[in-house]
Amino acid sequence: MALHVEHELHGRRRGRNRGVGLLLASFVVLVFGLTVVKVIALGDAGKFVAFDGSLQPQLLPQTDPATGASQ
Amino acid sequence: MTDVTLQPAAQEAEMGDYIALFKPRVMSLVVFTALVGLLVAPVAVHPFIGFVAILCIAVGAGASGALNMWWDADIDAKMRRTARRPIPAGRVQPGEALGLGVTLSVFATVLLWLATNALAAGLLAFTIFFYTVVYSVWLKRLTPQNIVIGGAAGAFPPMIGWAVATGGVSVESALMFALIFMWTPPHFWALALFVKTDYGDAGVPMLTETHGPRVTRNHVLAYTILLVPVSIALGFTSIGGPVYLATAVLLNLWFLKGAWDIWNRTEDRAAADNFKVEKQVFKVSLYYLFGHFVALLIDAALRVGGV
Repeated sequence: MALHVEHELHGRRRGRNRGVGLLLASFVVLVFGLTVVKVIALGDAGKFVAFDGSLQPQLLPQTDPATGASQ
Repeated sequence: MTDVTLQPAAQEAEMGDYIALFKPRVMSLVVFTALVGLLVAPVAVHPFIGFVAILCIAVGAGASGALNMWWDADIDAKMRRTARRPIPAGRVQPGEALGLGVTLSVFATVLLWLATNALAAGLLAFTIFFYTVVYSVWLKRLTPQNIVIGGAAGAFPPMIGWAVATGGVSVESALMFALIFMWTPPHFWALALFVKTDYGDAGVPMLTETHGPRVTRNHVLAYTILLVPVSIALGFTSIGGPVYLATAVLLNLWFLKGAWDIWNRTEDRAAADNFKVEKQVFKVSLYYLFGHFVALLIDAALRVGGV
């Protein structure tokens, strides 16, 4: 006699687990896709750098020392 | 030997039960009108951003459906039409529906904000709030005019779609809102006239039960007359066009004729032919809304094609 008995409940749980797994996987694809689209829309991928908590001089607004106008 | 207590298997939900919480049929109307709002807008949206935006709107609508089922579980259990819904049937626990509803609402709103703009996300959040709190919690059990004001929740999607593309609100998006808003009462009351409901037993005030079918018939005609100028006005905005105007005129005549017939009938005559006219007008009301939005799409396509 087989000891492994498949209860109907396990089938339903498997269905749910697969559903949740699929949802999470599509969410990853979604966020990745959004990132690709948004970065490409910037034209220059270098612009994607933003303030991340540490001082990054290249992100500071540049001013012309002679005129004081921002560049 | 140890006793084993088995949890009743009926308590374990399937994936389909969770999907039923999101009211997929309501969601399809939301997706369609939001998509039209997005596509007719004068600003092009990247297809993937557009897809994510529509998905967020659909998930937001589904989440508010789950919140509505959580709040209304007591009345759903008392009515035949809704007694088999996942919560009254015992397959999904109320807490699960509440948790899913709140989480997905926040998720959809934040993702829509990140993918598009704050106005679109704000409108989505307001729609969820309006459907859940203003309609479900507050008005539904309070007044027979519940669906008039509650209809606003169903009217927001094209406005959100428009905001996704343009980042703003305009006459066009306000009129698309007004079209669905004014259409909801006659559409719903035509249904209420021929569907024998048990809203009364559940303590939900429906116009047909609080004021009777005569008053409901008057209301159907009055709201349909008020709907006409909204529909025609939309044709004279930047998103209107020859196809829309022609469609709108025809559909308005058709719907008005139906509303007039409904108004012109006594209960005896309606019962005699098993509410034939009421059923027909309900169908016409569906074509009416669908036709208007399809016509908007066709005119938008013609503009893009340079016709």
